[in-house]
Amino acid sequence: MSWKTNLFLGAALLGATVASAEARDLTVTSWGGNYQDAQREVYFAPFSKKTGTKVVDDSWNGGVGALRAKVEGGNADWDVVQVEAEELALGCEEGLFEQMDWSALGGKDKFIPAAVHECGVGAIVWTTLITYDGARLKEGPKSWADFWNTEKFPGKRGLRRGPKYTLEFALMADGVEPSQVYQTLGTDAGIDRAFKKLDQIKSSMVWWEAGAQPQQLLASGEVAMTSAYNARIAAANKSDNRDFRIVWPGGVYAVDSWVILRDSPNKEAGMDLIAFMSDPVNQKNLPPKVPYGVTNKEATALVDPAVLPIMPTEPGNLAAGLELNTDFWVANIERLTERFNAWVGQ
Amino acid sequence: MTAPTVPRDSSLQASSGGLKAELRRTQRRRKLEAVALVAPLFLFLAVFFLAPIAAMLFRSLDNSELPSAMPRTAEVLRAWDGAGLPPEPVFATFASELAAGQKARNLAGVAKRLTYELPNMRSALFATARALPEQPDGTWQKTLTGANAVWGEPATWAVMRRAAAPFTPLYLLAAVDREMDANGNIVSVAPDRAIYVDIFIRTFWIAIVVTVVCLFLGYPLAYKLASLPPRIANLLMILVLLPFWTSILVRTGAWVVLLQREGPINETLQTLGLITEPLQLVYNRVGVYVAMVHILLPFMILPLYSVMKGISPAYVRAATSLGATPFTAFRRVYLPQTVPGIGAGGLLVFILGVGYYITPALVGGAGDQMVSYFVAFFTNQTINWGMAAALGSVLLVATLVLYWIYAKLVGVDGMKMG
Amino acid sequence: MSLPPYASPLERAWHVTLWAIAVLVLGFLILPILVIVPLSFSSGSFLSFPLPGLSLRWYHELLGSERWLSSLRNSVIVAFASTILATVLGTLAALGLQRAKFPGSSLVLALLISPMVVPLVIVAVGVYFFYAPFGLTGSLVGLTLAHTALASPFVVITVSATLQGFDTNLSRAAASLGAGPTLAFFRITLPLILPGVVSGALFAFVTSFDEVVVALFLTGPQDRTLPRQMFDGIRENISPIIAAAATLLIVLSVALMTVMEALRRRSERLRGLR
Repeated sequence: MSWKTNLFLGAALLGATVASAEARDLTVTSWGGNYQDAQREVYFAPFSKKTGTKVVDDSWNGGVGALRAKVEGGNADWDVVQVEAEELALGCEEGLFEQMDWSALGGKDKFIPAAVHECGVGAIVWTTLITYDGARLKEGPKSWADFWNTEKFPGKRGLRRGPKYTLEFALMADGVEPSQVYQTLGTDAGIDRAFKKLDQIKSSMVWWEAGAQPQQLLASGEVAMTSAYNARIAAANKSDNRDFRIVWPGGVYAVDSWVILRDSPNKEAGMDLIAFMSDPVNQKNLPPKVPYGVTNKEATALVDPAVLPIMPTEPGNLAAGLELNTDFWVANIERLTERFNAWVGQ
Repeated sequence: MTAPTVPRDSSLQASSGGLKAELRRTQRRRKLEAVALVAPLFLFLAVFFLAPIAAMLFRSLDNSELPSAMPRTAEVLRAWDGAGLPPEPVFATFASELAAGQKARNLAGVAKRLTYELPNMRSALFATARALPEQPDGTWQKTLTGANAVWGEPATWAVMRRAAAPFTPLYLLAAVDREMDANGNIVSVAPDRAIYVDIFIRTFWIAIVVTVVCLFLGYPLAYKLASLPPRIANLLMILVLLPFWTSILVRTGAWVVLLQREGPINETLQTLGLITEPLQLVYNRVGVYVAMVHILLPFMILPLYSVMKGISPAYVRAATSLGATPFTAFRRVYLPQTVPGIGAGGLLVFILGVGYYITPALVGGAGDQMVSYFVAFFTNQTINWGMAAALGSVLLVATLVLYWIYAKLVGVDGMKMG
Repeated sequence: MSLPPYASPLERAWHVTLWAIAVLVLGFLILPILVIVPLSFSSGSFLSFPLPGLSLRWYHELLGSERWLSSLRNSVIVAFASTILATVLGTLAALGLQRAKFPGSSLVLALLISPMVVPLVIVAVGVYFFYAPFGLTGSLVGLTLAHTALASPFVVITVSATLQGFDTNLSRAAASLGAGPTLAFFRITLPLILPGVVSGALFAFVTSFDEVVVALFLTGPQDRTLPRQMFDGIRENISPIIAAAATLLIVLSVALMTVMEALRRRSERLRGLR
């Protein structure tokens, strides 16, 4: 009587073979939420329309481990991924990415220096900073010291789960000058100092992982203030009629890059997509929707001047912030992530 | 299943012997049929369910990173006695395979494996690989130590030797906050890294609290339902069954909405003037308890209800008529008869609760995550698969012990739902 | 059961307290459903009361979104496929277990039921590692196989329960009248155990349709399922669109529950239990 079973099993296995033999659509992975909505509108959909290549998009929350799992697991379902600076360096060193074809992008000198890497090209300049809801807090925080001050500003706090940014913010809250932050973090005593400062607000913390969460936490009043990515806050203000405020001083800015995962079956289509997204004519359309800084030098000149003041690359905003030290995080991310996870889970 | 054939032999003696043999044959055939019917599902589960879990358990001992990337180095390291620094051939073999690995870009696994025991080995390994000359400057020992001082330390080579072994107890030890020191002794890890024992305790504690709360909420309700006329009881039972049939994500999502700082519960309490400031009900332990109790409560109510339905009210009436107070009658007569239901419901809620992942992940804070969260975290985020497998193994063993107790007390086919 | 007139004040108090607890617990059980349904009809974009107005806006958005629709499609495909597999395999196994005890049959039963108790995350991690080399991750096939394993115990249990009340003399009678085993099964056994088979199938369907943990590990960007889409939504963007999706799922559970209840009654009637 088990012929039925055999039939079903056979059909299932046949389906498996068919599914794995079938070519996969070009898959681009970014950071979700309203940022990815804008990317879909400005990059993915027009690219599909122009080239006829179907583009599927997925989102992730970072971590070089996730990329290792994809590449070394042998069944990667992503092709083009937007990665953070230290993920770019670590992954490139480990051979997780294809080499970037700079001739297809028009040469390295077309881009700002931080956007150039053998394995990737800069996608955006973005800032992580303090945000709060102007509708709830009339008098908002002005610095990381205010962020830590739960007496003056009662309520929960949101920060991204992980040591990166968190330790920098803690040291700034503890009175370390932005220019001295990485020097201090370079010593064990400096790291202990940052964790000690974090102990002070541990009980008030809500840790977020996805870039779309902080707006959610602010909108629902769950936190009084949170770190967030500058452009998502601006986009939320526009689309949901919010009065979320941004505190530029003490923000940490960095460059995100596009990479192609090693052995991607869609390597060429992926490179075409990256070239499309690096084209100044296309790049200039992103900031009006999500005001992140652009990486192609020509694009900066083309961007609608009205959004310049709320972009991380505006000179005043750059000066108020601190540049993420990629070398420090390349050397320390795994060790400090382990320590952070132990600390946060305790 | 065919008809037992009518014996043709007319002799009584012979027919009885023939019947016996016939019966044995029939029984044997029925057994074979039974096995044949069970086999498809059993084989399906063996391949697609049991084998994956067994393979995962095995992965907690997996130590293949160094041997697969540097097979010859692994071989010479295993041959070395482990005292002090290894001899020059070990350095030379390692140097040549390091250079080859740098070219083939397959050092990441080795780096990851070494970093689990010595945090700075990742950068040391890659820095050395980049700086390695074609020919040694004197000896390879001197060259490697010159490129990075870690290669001159016995502790590094003790870790290298452990990484060259076919299997490692590293992950299982780490799952109970233990590690091996440079001499190979098992010691407790530093307090700031010792978290897993706490997490197991937290996991069991949350499951216990949820089970007890479910019992205290579920028992009176089941009792009331069992004592009502069937028409009304069936009607009220819908209120138990509807959430039971509703998606866990729907219910968890609904609790996130309900418990929010500006959600309906806080608003109602504020409107009623019971509180002035909103209570923190979500992204903390309160949220986890509320949502988990809600999701698991039907698993307590249903077995209790079915046991209570079978208890004749005559016993309690008899006890009261013999002079027992209602309370005594309940405690001495009714309660003992419901113990099987309490056992079944309690164990089921506890077993299911121990493995929870989604609900704490959505309504809990960083300090409310249970073991399952860390299994998922190590698998997806840091891809420390050994650690994920080790934590998973401990959790699985705990669950199977509970399941075994459940099977002894209740019987697995007693696991009826709905 | 109302109280007799001679009940003491203490008994009356106990009676009232018990009622109060029962009502509160029932209220607690039904509260999330009572709250989430109206929110889905909100015309505003916040999940709070009072509603600014009623509208079907979020349903339009839900049913107009390619992401939600494709995740729904994926969920339905996987749920149907794994229901069919689990129902066939589970029913056969239940019939086998009832037919005769064989050496180790209680251990086999324990193994067949074990997918119900093994923590989902362990199943998810196990199949994630195990299926990857065969190209079964990031495909609906892998998810279907895993869901079949998770759903089959429900079929085994419900069908076994129906078989306990099944009079085996009926199929013996059929056999003695000359029916072959297959004919006897389809004409006699199956119609009688059908309520058990169908309710097992419904349990299997819900198990797969609701399952998110394995889906989080096994599905890629092209084959995300409805629960996975809900999971991301709850975490990142909890808007009334989630409430709308939730309401549709609640409607589905009401329908399933109604069918189950009808089946239970039919089965009890057929087996003469009532």
